[in-house]
Amino acid sequence: MLEFLARLFGRDSGSKNVAKERLRLVLVHDRSSVSPQLLETLKAEMIQVISNYMDIDEQGLEVNLDSSGNSVALVANIPVRGMKRKS
Amino acid sequence: MGEIIVITSGKGGVGKTTTTANIGTGLAAMGHKVALVDTDIGLRNLDVVLGLENRIVYDLVDVTSGNCRLRQALIRDKKLEGLHLLPAAQTKDKTAINPEQMRQLCSDLKKEFDYIIIDCPAGIEQGFRNAIAGAEKAIVVTTPEVSAVRDADRIIGLLEAVELREPKLIINRIRPKMVRQGDMMSIEDIIDILAVDLLGVIPEDEMIVITTNRGESVVLDQNSRSGQAYRNIVRRLTGEEVPVLNFDENEGFFKKLKKMIGIK
Repeated sequence: MLEFLARLFGRDSGSKNVAKERLRLVLVHDRSSVSPQLLETLKAEMIQVISNYMDIDEQGLEVNLDSSGNSVALVANIPVRGMKRKS
Repeated sequence: MGEIIVITSGKGGVGKTTTTANIGTGLAAMGHKVALVDTDIGLRNLDVVLGLENRIVYDLVDVTSGNCRLRQALIRDKKLEGLHLLPAAQTKDKTAINPEQMRQLCSDLKKEFDYIIIDCPAGIEQGFRNAIAGAEKAIVVTTPEVSAVRDADRIIGLLEAVELREPKLIINRIRPKMVRQGDMMSIEDIIDILAVDLLGVIPEDEMIVITTNRGESVVLDQNSRSGQAYRNIVRRLTGEEVPVLNFDENEGFFKKLKKMIGIK
């Protein structure tokens, strides 16, 4: 009965949504840590693509997964040495 | 030639051994020749779940180390003629066998049995590596809890890394009432998160405790929902298309009465 009343008067949307959200976030991290080589491959391919347009410092390039609050972001820091001349 | 299936979960206590026993018993009840292999060395339990604990003479390590022949270590079930158990060793540890020995064992069993079902220990260390070494297919068992789903995700990643692709998922101990109330992740929620195919769903059921207490398998119980759920899983494994049970119908007195007298 209490449960029914609580739902009738709009209790929060149920604990399963909290569970899902927490799982989603933790799995982003778990999955990326399962394969560190994935980030390396991603990095190498990014260098390839960007080098077509810019002269970049490959040593200084950083790619990481960052999570803050309830969002996850792929953060890339790519030092640009110069732009390529348009042909 | 038989089919070799490993049953795994990552997390302990989600129902791997119960699932192994029920799938094996169900397949044998359909007339298939089944070998169940307990690879949880040091913590053997499949024997006691099947009610065969008093019949053990030799075990898995005796076979792999050459102390006995495979035939001598296989225990025949009391009721089902096609059902056999290869028990784990209780006094050794997980390093007593290696993946190469497991592969050999599996290929030997494959010649004689239609299905070889391997009960995997919890964890992702050597016991897990041994259990999956000879497998051709994998079933991942989870429950609708964050910890179990997280571990299932990790296990799926590890299975795919060794080419055991497309593992099938069993969701155990689901409580339809809690799902309806929004306090338990639903089948769809879990499938959505793990992105794997569903093999079946087992509802939380007291009959599982009761049958396990007696050393019997609920899959042979015609009246319980969990037994029906396991029978459906077994049929799906043999290639039949069976829809997932609908636990949502909240059968009230009148609905039951209507059903009894045949309206709807």
